[in-house]
Amino acid sequence: MTFVKLFIPALLATAALAVASLFVGVSEMTFSTLLSGPGGERAWMILGASRVPRTLALILAGAGMAVAGTIMQMLSRNRFVEPSTAGTVESASLGMLAVLLLAPDLPVIMKMLVAAAFALAGTAVFLSILRRVPLRSPVLVPLIGLMLGGVINACTTFFAYRYDLLQAMGAWTSGDFSAVLRGRYEVLWVALALTVAAYVAADRFTVAGMGEDFSTNLGLDHRKVVGLGLVIVSMVTASVVVTAGILPFIGLIVPNLVSMVMGDRLRRTLPWIALSGAALVLVCDMIGRLVNAPYEIPVGSVLGVVGSLFFLNLLLRRRPRAA
Amino acid sequence: MIDIDNITKAYGEATVVDGVTAKLPKGGVTTIIGPNGAGKSTLLSMIARLIPSDKGSVLVDGLDVARTSGDKLARRLSILRQDNHMTARLTVRDLVAFGRYPYSKGRVTAEDREHVRRALGYLGLEELGERFLDELSGGQRQRAFVAMILCQDTDYMLFDEPLNNLDIRHAVAMMKLLRDAARDFGKTVVVVLHDVNFASCYSDHIVVMRDGRLFMQGTPREIIRPDILEQTYGCPFEVHELGGDRIAVYYA
Repeated sequence: MTFVKLFIPALLATAALAVASLFVGVSEMTFSTLLSGPGGERAWMILGASRVPRTLALILAGAGMAVAGTIMQMLSRNRFVEPSTAGTVESASLGMLAVLLLAPDLPVIMKMLVAAAFALAGTAVFLSILRRVPLRSPVLVPLIGLMLGGVINACTTFFAYRYDLLQAMGAWTSGDFSAVLRGRYEVLWVALALTVAAYVAADRFTVAGMGEDFSTNLGLDHRKVVGLGLVIVSMVTASVVVTAGILPFIGLIVPNLVSMVMGDRLRRTLPWIALSGAALVLVCDMIGRLVNAPYEIPVGSVLGVVGSLFFLNLLLRRRPRAA
Repeated sequence: MIDIDNITKAYGEATVVDGVTAKLPKGGVTTIIGPNGAGKSTLLSMIARLIPSDKGSVLVDGLDVARTSGDKLARRLSILRQDNHMTARLTVRDLVAFGRYPYSKGRVTAEDREHVRRALGYLGLEELGERFLDELSGGQRQRAFVAMILCQDTDYMLFDEPLNNLDIRHAVAMMKLLRDAARDFGKTVVVVLHDVNFASCYSDHIVVMRDGRLFMQGTPREIIRPDILEQTYGCPFEVHELGGDRIAVYYA
């Protein structure tokens, strides 16, 4: 297949983006200072402690969220669903607040697991609403998710306000990689492990996307697949929310674009989805760092603008189905 | 043999299938006919464990469909329901290849590929293999779904309204294909049909349902008779013998 041949160039292009991302920033750090000259030692320090962790975090978070969005779309059988339109990120965010209130000294990995548990519960509620309310229009599905997310978010804000934590909350409600340093992003490797797990189970998720009847007919336990998918989506979302904050719309934009070009056989498309997710977040983060330099616009805001335009476009120009 | 024992399904007050007991023979084409709301589709779905029954049991070759593992059943029995909306955007070839999932679990072997090639050929879809399902007409899509079921290569194949969306040429080709699958490969085909004449011409065995109950069953010669059809559908029928087949005329 031609897509297979194109994958290596696409991988190289993303790698080039990653290298470029390493050299964007406020501190003076160029190839030449790295290699020689005054300030070389400091440049290496910045590279190792800040730039490399940031770039790795961008790649892991982007790839993870794109794959999580794909799985959500297969499980809910709806093109408009992703963790930020299904109550998942809002639930994770509520979990973060709970940790901050009740056990602020937990290690990051435990915080992530608590957030993941909340995310799992919230997403399960969303899916059970979908099962109970047969919706005629696919557009209603993300609306339900946004409403659910709004309700959860209102709870989070209420408690954050009561306990004077609104400012702390801001740290994870807007996706921002500027605070990512060595030692503060490693939980994202969990997202990578889960992305790989999703690839191993790719065919099961494709079958789930064919619907419950087809799944049963092919001998697949639909509930188990949904359970597995929910665990992956929740953990990925939670690990991203814990380290960088909410990254909206990646799980919407990337899977839809890849699906338009290559379809939905995940065994074939998941590597592309992960790669494109990483590339998109790298680009949006660089835009955020360059537009208003030396100040930064959080990548979450850049994605919000890009993503909402894309979402509107998707709603307005639904692919006409040949009848 | 499919052994249906006193199977019942109710939704709230409405009993859709009411204590149906029947033995569907192994081999050949068995057609289920009956008016709208007679419970045909629900019965078919319960046989294929897509819908759990409230009471009663279904044994397929002695295996209780409610207890046997889904994976094992998927190599014995397959079902295609009507109105299949698919979110996953697949090519025809990929869809048909997923018919091999119960055997290959996604690792497609050379043997699987041969099954896919043959199934595409039976349904005349060779040219459309690389097209996406959402780019096809309703009839082409229906044929692709049937190709997937053939590719699953199970002893028992269940179809709910397989002639949906098909023009006359393709409808006839479909029924011939199902009959050949039964005759040449020893498959057991169970179909729900609305068109009594397709049922009359292509079935070995006809099951008539009415008000959620089994009304009658027998050969086309025993079932396609004016009195039985009138009692089933509640409108006047004439039946003519044409070229060895019994043809019902109901355009009174």
